[in-house]
Amino acid sequence: MEYKPIKKVVSGNYAAAYAALHAKVQVVAAYPITPQTSIIEKIAEFIANGLADIQYIPVESEHSAMAACIGASATGARVFTATSAQGLALMHEMLHWASGARLPIVMVNVNRAMAPPWSVWDDQTDSLAQRDTGWMQFYAENNQEVYDGVLMAYKIAENVNLPAMIIESAFILSHTYDVVEMIPQELVNEFLPPRKPLYSLANFDEPFAVGGLATPNDYYEFRYKIAKAMEDAKKVIKEVGKEFGERFGRDYSEMIEKAYIDDADFVFMGMGSLMGTVKEAVDLLRKEGYKVGYAKVRWFRPFPKEELLEIAESVKGIAVLDRNFSFGQEGILFNEAKGSLYNTSARPIMKNYIVGLGGRDFTVKDVKAIAEDMKKIIESGKLDREIEWYHLKR
Amino acid sequence: MEVPENIKKRLTIPFDEHFYAGHTACQGCGASLGLRYVLKAYGRKTIIVIPACCSTIIAGPWPYSALDANLFHTAFETTGAVISGIEAGLKALGYKVKGEDGIMVVGWAGDGGTADIGLQALSGFLERGHDAVYIMYDNEAYMNTGIQRSSSTPYGAWTTNTPGGKKHFLEKRHKKKVIDIVIAHRIPYAATASVAYPEDFIRKLKKAQKTPGPSFIQLFSPCPTGWRSPTDKTIEIARLAVQTAYFPLFEYENGKYKINMPNPKKDPKPIEEFLKLQGRFKYMTKEDIEILQKWVLEEWERLKKLAEVFG
Repeated sequence: MEYKPIKKVVSGNYAAAYAALHAKVQVVAAYPITPQTSIIEKIAEFIANGLADIQYIPVESEHSAMAACIGASATGARVFTATSAQGLALMHEMLHWASGARLPIVMVNVNRAMAPPWSVWDDQTDSLAQRDTGWMQFYAENNQEVYDGVLMAYKIAENVNLPAMIIESAFILSHTYDVVEMIPQELVNEFLPPRKPLYSLANFDEPFAVGGLATPNDYYEFRYKIAKAMEDAKKVIKEVGKEFGERFGRDYSEMIEKAYIDDADFVFMGMGSLMGTVKEAVDLLRKEGYKVGYAKVRWFRPFPKEELLEIAESVKGIAVLDRNFSFGQEGILFNEAKGSLYNTSARPIMKNYIVGLGGRDFTVKDVKAIAEDMKKIIESGKLDREIEWYHLKR
Repeated sequence: MEVPENIKKRLTIPFDEHFYAGHTACQGCGASLGLRYVLKAYGRKTIIVIPACCSTIIAGPWPYSALDANLFHTAFETTGAVISGIEAGLKALGYKVKGEDGIMVVGWAGDGGTADIGLQALSGFLERGHDAVYIMYDNEAYMNTGIQRSSSTPYGAWTTNTPGGKKHFLEKRHKKKVIDIVIAHRIPYAATASVAYPEDFIRKLKKAQKTPGPSFIQLFSPCPTGWRSPTDKTIEIARLAVQTAYFPLFEYENGKYKINMPNPKKDPKPIEEFLKLQGRFKYMTKEDIEILQKWVLEEWERLKKLAEVFG
């Protein structure tokens, strides 16, 4: 069957819901939280209209949402959920359980700032605070990437038996409508066949136990297996991303999407929707003669060290844009990128710009101002300060 | 041992074993007896979910399992949610769940994991109406962590965080009536049971199996280690809990209460008979015993009235 996309104007949340529908998820357990709600509402609508055959569990908390997803996934079913901020934090314990039990659950997290003070707007700290839970993390730049990300995530997760989080920005994507090219169901089915589980609780041939006590003699190896699966996931991500490109025209074989690297003095590095702004600004800056590029980190877990090194080796500076912060240290992407380069010969000047926390507007004008700052730093060879709270009212 | 089929059929407790020797329970453990009966009633086509509790350890460390059924370990507060998810997953995959020939999904959690940290997930499971059985084995404290009080610990009990001492720092709150909270959900079937009355327990397990929707059984399970009681007195203590009406056995079925034991027409035995076999009650004063006795009888009257009005 020839691929002819079905174009729909949808919000990021609806893109996620359609992707779950097209991925033929079998169980959804979720709890409402702004700005995630319309994902689950849309799925409920699919069920109500007979478009989807889904066991839908309206749980009493996010903690139970993830626990129910874990139970469902352990039977061998394909499972979906979505959450945001406080909800994700409440799930934290069970995020470890999902990866530890090697269950390929896919979850959309809508990046939202953590309270207090209350905020419902975009901020990446909620998901980045879950970086050590054994979940893969994909940061979508736009609604199309939300849709594509969910479909790819199932294929990748079910291959390596680890859960995956597809992350989109509060309101900037979740509630903003844009054209999304959707894939006809038959072609999704070819790309994403039914799940073949590692184990199923419905198999009684040889009774087994999952998750029992492991002594110090065994626990260590269980951890190593997850570490290895996460490392192996890099290859799978690239293969699946390439296959997706071949089938549907949008290539995701790079874990870091990049442009203008070869002759760039410096690049902007960041994740998620803010990179859409950066890409537009970089095109403009190029026209104005700035030797600048961008590196959009799509996958934060597993972290694409190798691709980062290639970029770092060819530029003089990297401006890392973090819509997040680790108190007592620095922006989380900055920290990871800097650390990844330590045992290499690449030594670009790296500066961390803390931007857009709690939904603070981050515009093309801001990117240009940062470009100006970076240009001075590169020319002088002197880093004025490592971390800049870019928007701070003084 | 070969046992003829006609003999097996006449047994009031199923013959087949699905909980094997080699488990790591303490001597005289009531919970391990209970788990054995659950598996006898339901057989190996059972998925047991065990949160953090004694049974996590009793079942055996990786790669061993004393259970001849599929066992899924989960976090302390999640039993209700995980059995909900398993039920939904099985249904999504086209399996029959519950009933005579369906896969049995069973939550097996302690009193802490049910009455305290797991109460929210339990409520969600009950309210949503999943086809699964939740069994709370009630040993009246956090035994696996070393005997700390739970909301199911009775008045006057010593535990490691209600240790008695000069200030008489004992548990001073009455046992939470979890079963009442469960019944507030108006589920089709809820019951109390005791390891001292295995035939009654098996009958209730079978009834829970046959009844569609969520079922709940609160199983009284003495813990010699935590109750400071002789390991050969487990059954006697459990029996006295029923005979004193401290832990009466009853069923709540489709809105109706039915008292099984003790006989509502006779006076129950005095509570001292239950208390005196257990070291955990040795710090109780005469007044403490009176307070507990009064509470037991009040609760017993209340249950009898419920059975009268909604019988």
